[in-house]
Formats: sequence, structure tokens, C-alpha cells
Amino acid sequence: MKFVDEYRDSEPVRKITEALAQIVSKPWTLMEVCGGQTHSIAKYGIQSLLPSGLTLLHGPGCPVCVTPLDSIDKALQLAARPEVIFCSFGDMLRVPGSEKDLLTVKAEGGDVRMLYSPMDALQVARDHPEKEVVFFAIGFETTAPANAMAIHQAKEEGLINLSFLVSQVIVPPAMTSILESPANRVQGFLAAGHVCTIMGLAEYEPIAEKFRVPIVATGFEPLDILQGIYLCVKQLEEGRAEVENQYSRSVRHEGNAPAQEIMSNVFEIVSREWRGIGAIPQSGLGVREDYAAFDAEKKFSFKACEPKPPSECISGLVLQGIKKPDECPAFGAACTPESPLGATMVSSEGACAAYYRYQKTGL
Amino acid sequence: MCLAVPGKILSISEDEPLMKMGRVSFGGSLRDVNLAYVPDVKVNDYVIVHVGFAISVLDENEAGKIFDYLDQIQEI
Ligand code: SF4
Repeated sequence: MKFVDEYRDSEPVRKITEALAQIVSKPWTLMEVCGGQTHSIAKYGIQSLLPSGLTLLHGPGCPVCVTPLDSIDKALQLAARPEVIFCSFGDMLRVPGSEKDLLTVKAEGGDVRMLYSPMDALQVARDHPEKEVVFFAIGFETTAPANAMAIHQAKEEGLINLSFLVSQVIVPPAMTSILESPANRVQGFLAAGHVCTIMGLAEYEPIAEKFRVPIVATGFEPLDILQGIYLCVKQLEEGRAEVENQYSRSVRHEGNAPAQEIMSNVFEIVSREWRGIGAIPQSGLGVREDYAAFDAEKKFSFKACEPKPPSECISGLVLQGIKKPDECPAFGAACTPESPLGATMVSSEGACAAYYRYQKTGL
Repeated sequence: MCLAVPGKILSISEDEPLMKMGRVSFGGSLRDVNLAYVPDVKVNDYVIVHVGFAISVLDENEAGKIFDYLDQIQEI
């Protein structure tokens, strides 16, 4: 496939790996902030191609993994209501809430549907005027324009039986929070190529400058990731800390203007809780007052529940790059993709699931 | 869920600007995609698609640069 296969070829991969080995003079620790990259790194065994001493940490880049327990519990309550059709991206269905997951609610008779796009929820709402349709709008900046468009369109059409349980998060405040942590080991970032496709690069510049870390917007194919690592290491070796764009075939400096416009019409910046990490100021998107009628948190009332995260799970440390998945005592034993204890074992972009799935191919 | 993949625009249907749709081929499998965020897209362009929306048009020129870069760093 064009724009895919050429970035998986072994010859250029070999070239960049050799070039990388030549410029590395000391150990460095980098973090990729996108679950898609974590998945590729595990799948193609990229860590094993790197010079020794060069470590990749996997950041909080899987939106499924960082969706807070409180949002999952709200989703479970809504999905169990007889008048509700609860719609979600597929990989949210098995994320454990305090007591169960969405798949269990479905098995118990809840009308839970898996959708490919938030726009599909509009059709479900049109088809079922007698029901309350709720879409679980989670994701990073990559998904926010799609969710924003669905909310905007619901309002345009006056679909009063449709609402959105929004748990959107944004990446730069999470990077800042990692860098501010006393336990931080990250010296350079591979920024998420598709998040940057939407938002552009400007918001990373103050982070690179303030914390003296190189930030390279990076794509998802093996060659992209290796070039992103190369550019990041080259900056570190040369004592530079700049924002660079490896993924220039998709990322423009200013980002995607029409997408940003709808996002900012529908959403405003709010503080959000990240699962396993805790509250990060100004790190989420919430529904603006103009669209409040489509905000499920305002439309429905919820029972308070005591969130009890499973104690063995160290996914918070994994998400901050402090521990690797295989350092978790439950990894592969009490916790597997079939019976996950934490969200990072559920989504294929979660670091625990990626390690579990590909560990035999040499990480 | 964040995996976004490149596909080729086969045809474009224009109703209203926010509902501009395209038929996109991902190595042979077809899907209808919302084109609201790529207003200048043309048939035969490659787009990155995420949860039903094209979020960028891939730039052919930029796409080849990595291979020139590799030749360059090999010569040093
Ligand atoms: S292996 Fe399971 S229990 Fe351990 S951190 Fe990952 S998700 Fe949590």
C-alpha cells in the first residue's frame, strides 16, 4: 500500500539504524506519546534495533487507557438504563470500571453498540426517536474534531434524543506534567503525529524551550519512528532542544484550521482526571454552554459511586514512563488481554497489551 | 482507536460543505469518509483517516524527503 509499505522496507530501516548507532555517544531516554507509536514499536521490535543505552518509554498516549474510572462508571450507569442506547468506540467495551465493563452490561441486557465514527450515532438517534442515544466521546485531539462535528451536527438537526458523554483529553499538559514530576526520566519526546496533524506544532515550542527537551512530531511506520528517534537523539547530542517535524507528509506547522475551528466552537479547555495519573490542570475538553443540551453529564443524573481501582495495577506508573509493563507483577499472570486488570491491557494501543501481544518477537 | 490510516480518494460527493463525503480505498477495502476537514482534497489524493474523518491530505513531496535524508546521512 502506498504511503505504508515504503516505510516498512528493511533497507532504509537498516540505513537509519546504522546512522543512529553512529551518532549516539551516551545513554538517552526518550518517550513516545502516542499509543499508535507504542503499538508499532512493540510490533516491529523497534527497541531491539536501537543502540544499547537508548531507552524508549511509553507515554500516556492511549486515550482508552487514560479515560478516568469515573467516566467509565458513568458510562456503565447510562448503558444499564432501559431507555438508553449506549454507543462507543469498540475498545472501550472491555475497559474495567469499578464493578464491571460495558460488555458485561450488554450481556445483562443493556443496549450497547460499537460504532466506528461518532457520526454514526446521529443515525442511531434518527432511527430511534423513542430512545435516548448516548455516545461515549473519548479521545485525544485527533478524535476531538470528529466528536465536535457530531455534537455540532446534532444541534443543527435538533436531535434532542442524542447526547455525548465527553472525556476528551489533550496532550501538551500531560507532557508538561511528566516533565515536572520529580521522577521524570524523559530527555526527549516523539510527539504524536496525528495529534500534531490537527493542532500543529506551535504549542510544543514553549515546552521544548522551558524544559530543554527536543520534541519531534513523528509518524507511525517503523521508518518514521526510527527517523523521529534519530532526529531527537541528534538534537540531544548537539545540545539542542527544538521542535522538529519528522511527519511532514501529514503535519503542517499550523495544523488543520477547519478542524481546530469546530473544536473550539464546541469544546472549551477544562481540567481532567487521567486514569492512573490523577488530575492534570487544563488537560481536557468539555462541552461549551451553547451545546449543554447535548452534554450527557448535564442531561442525566448519576449515582455517586466509590471508585476502587484494582490495587495490583501499576498502569499509572506505566503511563508516566516510570515502569515498563513487564515490571508489573500482574503482567501476563493475573492480568492478560482476556481478563485485564487495568485499561493499558485492554486497548491494542495500551503499553501492557502491546507488550503482551508482541513480547515473543523481542522487545 | 487512535490508529489512523492512509487511503486513496476514489470519488467525492458534495452536498453541503460540512457533509462533503468521499469514497476512500484502503488497499482495496472501501469506506465513506467525511471530508469537512480537508476542503481542498481532490480525487486520487491520499488522506489520513481517523474515526470516519479525513484529517490531512498526504503531501507527496514531503513523503519522499525521508529517503533523500537517508542518502544524505549515509554520505557523511
Ligand atoms: S499488566 Fe495489567 S495490572 Fe499490570 S500495569 Fe498493566 S494493566 Fe495494570
